[in-house]
Amino acid sequence: MILGIDVGGTHTDAVLIDNFKIRKKTKVPTDANNLLNSLLHVATTILATEDPAKLRRVVLSTTLSTNAIVQNKIKKVGMVIASGPGLPPALLPVPRHTCFVAGYVNHRGIIVTDIDAGEIQDGGAKLSQECIDHIGVVGKFSTRNPEQELKIAEILSRHFQHASLGHRMSGHLNFRRRIATTYLNSAIWDLYQRFVRDVLQFVHQQGITVPIYVLKADGGTFDVAKSADYPAQTILSGPAASIMGVLSMAKCNEDAIALDIGGTTTDIAIFADGVPLLENLGVTIEGHKTLIRGLRTKSIGLGGDSIVRIGPQREGPAAALGGPFPTPTDAMIVLNLTTIGARDKAVTALEPVARQLGKSVEATAQQIFEEACGKIVAAVRSFIEEINNQPVYTIHEMLAGRKISPKTLYVVGGPAAAMASPLGGHLACTSFIPEHSEVANAIGAALARTTAELTILADTERRLLTLGEEGIQISIPSQFTAEEAIAMGRERLREKAMAMGATEEDLEIEVIENQEFNMVRDSYRAGKNIRVKVQIKPGLISGFTKEKTL
Amino acid sequence: MNKKLPKTGLIFFPAFDWAISPTHPEREERLLYTQDQVFEEGLLDFENIIEYKPGLATVEDINRIHICVPRAESVITESHLISAGGAITAAQKVMTKEVDNAFALVRPPGHHAMKVVHGARGFCNVNIEAIMVEYIRRHHGPKRIAIVDTDCHHGDGTQEIYWHDPNTLCISIHQDGRTLYPGSGLTDEFGGPNALGTTINVPLPPRTSDEGFLYVLENVIMPILADFKPDIVVNSAGQDNHYTDPITNMRFSAQGYARLNERLAPDIAVLEGGYSIERALPYVNVGIILAIAGLDYSAIREPDYHAEALRQSEQITQHIERTAAEIMMLWKKRRDMKKTIVETNKYLKRKKQIYYDTDGISEQQEETVRICEDCGGLVMIDSFADTGTRIFAVIIPGQSCPVCREEGEVFFDRLQKGKYRHPYFQDRDRNIYITK
Repeated sequence: MILGIDVGGTHTDAVLIDNFKIRKKTKVPTDANNLLNSLLHVATTILATEDPAKLRRVVLSTTLSTNAIVQNKIKKVGMVIASGPGLPPALLPVPRHTCFVAGYVNHRGIIVTDIDAGEIQDGGAKLSQECIDHIGVVGKFSTRNPEQELKIAEILSRHFQHASLGHRMSGHLNFRRRIATTYLNSAIWDLYQRFVRDVLQFVHQQGITVPIYVLKADGGTFDVAKSADYPAQTILSGPAASIMGVLSMAKCNEDAIALDIGGTTTDIAIFADGVPLLENLGVTIEGHKTLIRGLRTKSIGLGGDSIVRIGPQREGPAAALGGPFPTPTDAMIVLNLTTIGARDKAVTALEPVARQLGKSVEATAQQIFEEACGKIVAAVRSFIEEINNQPVYTIHEMLAGRKISPKTLYVVGGPAAAMASPLGGHLACTSFIPEHSEVANAIGAALARTTAELTILADTERRLLTLGEEGIQISIPSQFTAEEAIAMGRERLREKAMAMGATEEDLEIEVIENQEFNMVRDSYRAGKNIRVKVQIKPGLISGFTKEKTL
Repeated sequence: MNKKLPKTGLIFFPAFDWAISPTHPEREERLLYTQDQVFEEGLLDFENIIEYKPGLATVEDINRIHICVPRAESVITESHLISAGGAITAAQKVMTKEVDNAFALVRPPGHHAMKVVHGARGFCNVNIEAIMVEYIRRHHGPKRIAIVDTDCHHGDGTQEIYWHDPNTLCISIHQDGRTLYPGSGLTDEFGGPNALGTTINVPLPPRTSDEGFLYVLENVIMPILADFKPDIVVNSAGQDNHYTDPITNMRFSAQGYARLNERLAPDIAVLEGGYSIERALPYVNVGIILAIAGLDYSAIREPDYHAEALRQSEQITQHIERTAAEIMMLWKKRRDMKKTIVETNKYLKRKKQIYYDTDGISEQQEETVRICEDCGGLVMIDSFADTGTRIFAVIIPGQSCPVCREEGEVFFDRLQKGKYRHPYFQDRDRNIYITK
């Protein structure tokens, strides 16, 4: 049995899956003031008459980190930044308590300017005076050489409870995002440690001994104990849970569109050959552009409860359900596309709009409904176009460019039944409404596999190989090849994923970047610059095949 | 940040799988570290910097400006269609006002490619700026366009293409041709008889530093641009004036390049040369992008930059001031020079020897232009390359007058293939390209 729980903003869902069939599902309102309570409550409820010994794994997806950031219930963080020449501080996303220190690593990972221990001590002392316990240390190009970040953290280790290091956040280049990600990681550090402690205590009390996983923004899972080092990875796991849920219910092997039409927003995700697409660099939350690996979604401010003719904001539920303003849901009720609510209230709500338009209430409802569909269709089209027009950097990719062209549409959310078919029509897709979609998030969490990524830069002139996000540098011979880099990448990624809780059967490793450049200096080949990225892509745990039906 | 920032389009195409040869300066690795720096600085995350995928230029785009021998497909590879396409994409985004300016950070370069193309010279096969300029005119109407070539090498290809065009101003600042490839670009190369003054050359002595470049910008380029009043300013943004460039001898810096671009404010910048791929390009390109996007570039600096060590000598300063004064004198007299040059001739001929260093081809050319008061003038070219190929081309200029057009059409009609492998006819206004 697998237990999947998703603590969302409004509801907490739980599913118990036995031999890939849904054995039980529960949905309760979330206690916004105590997310952990909601989690424990739903777990206790669903397990009440079950034998915990039959559990194989438990996966949690929680909006804890997301909420903390959205509601600004985060810790004061001090940042220590070695930016070197480049963008001025004013163009860097640094918080109020930031100290800039000397030190610079260049694109090759060569230290060009040394750090200054005295300056770092002084900077640290100033941050301490501000009652700061948590710091983030970020250097430019630190994924090419972590040495300076490590040294800075060591110098400051006595003064602070914890330091998040930039290079550990991601192997991608992007100093500004590295700063933002490291900052968030530190800002939710305390909160997340408490969560992990409480969860572990609860499972212990319940006599659960199986692995406990937490869902990440990329739709993959990691062991709860391991997750304590990277709280930032759990940000925005909610949308990822929903997409993984659709994936599990959809039996999808081809290009497809997934829509989650909620009350206030519609989230769009795209599958390429049945695999959800990832953000190029990372997710964006509350204006923080990060390096947190995440599923690529586009959110538009249009849902069933949007106010008609005023815009995306939600002022309450549909008029038919007692809300203050007419909404697309009211239009659907008038058109008899759904049986919820009181139709007469919906009609009354639409009457003033109809008078303004000089149309009948039915015609008005039809127009509102079509406009809502039209907006979603336009957003989906522009999202696909954006994906298909993504820049590429080789002639081969330019000429061989694969285009996404979905023929299948999955729709979940309240208005799914009413909207799926017309949306499918506009998008030239066959539309489906997956079963159990009301607990899609919990199912998605339950069945998601462990994902991981690893970045390798081998510089044979310097005889040095760097594992970006691992902070490891290894000596290599000058004849080191791309094949050897890939082999090492696979092996290291395997170890990394196993440590994160992956099972042997789920280690589907793929090479996502493999580039090799001759480095020529003074007309001679000085060495090779080899760049390799390997990953375990988001997907479902093994044993759950596409033929299985929940 | 109160002022509204310009929207900047960035077309980045490093062609990571294309090289002239494995150890050639124009190789896969060239923009690798530039990409690293642009990515690490996170420039693409700025709201006002938008990256676009390059389009593919077409053979038609090339034939609008070049006479490729025997035909376009034989002298180019896909990489040229992409780099020219990248320049075109930059222009499209600017012309449709999707962005305020754009930088095509593409390779391979093009500013040494001339009208007739028998092969590659100076690492260039086709002239990507000229292809872009004619694309703009074809799709957005006749425009006055200024091309400011800041590559260290004389932009001889662009100069040759627009030698007779009074509507295209070509200004090239470069290391003095007596000390560097291709050897041309002296101040007295000043444009054809129908277009005197719309070719400007500013040869600079070796070891010129930021100060010298910016002096020329303020005292030559900006005043001439103000007089010419272009609709569009293009920067052929070569980056080999940098003090670390391995094949030139100048002392320009990333700060200098950024300041130049801020002041020049080109509508479109197109990358040309620049082969100090580790020590210069990453910083120069980040500086240029920030400058045209209106962002603070003051902290951009090469890790090994020392202003004092790069300062130019007093002698160089004086030399540059004299050159600038001489050019401005010529510029003021440009309208009076035609009579002396033309005398009573109806046509003028010039003979050219063109060497294609990259491909090792020599070409002899005789170019005839019709003296015309109303347009750039009908151009006819008899070209013979040591590959054994001889061709003849009749070129009707853009915005041509009826007389030049008719004369060209009649001449081409009567032209026998004879000793020529192909006679070519090119009419830019009507987008006609015929090969006999």
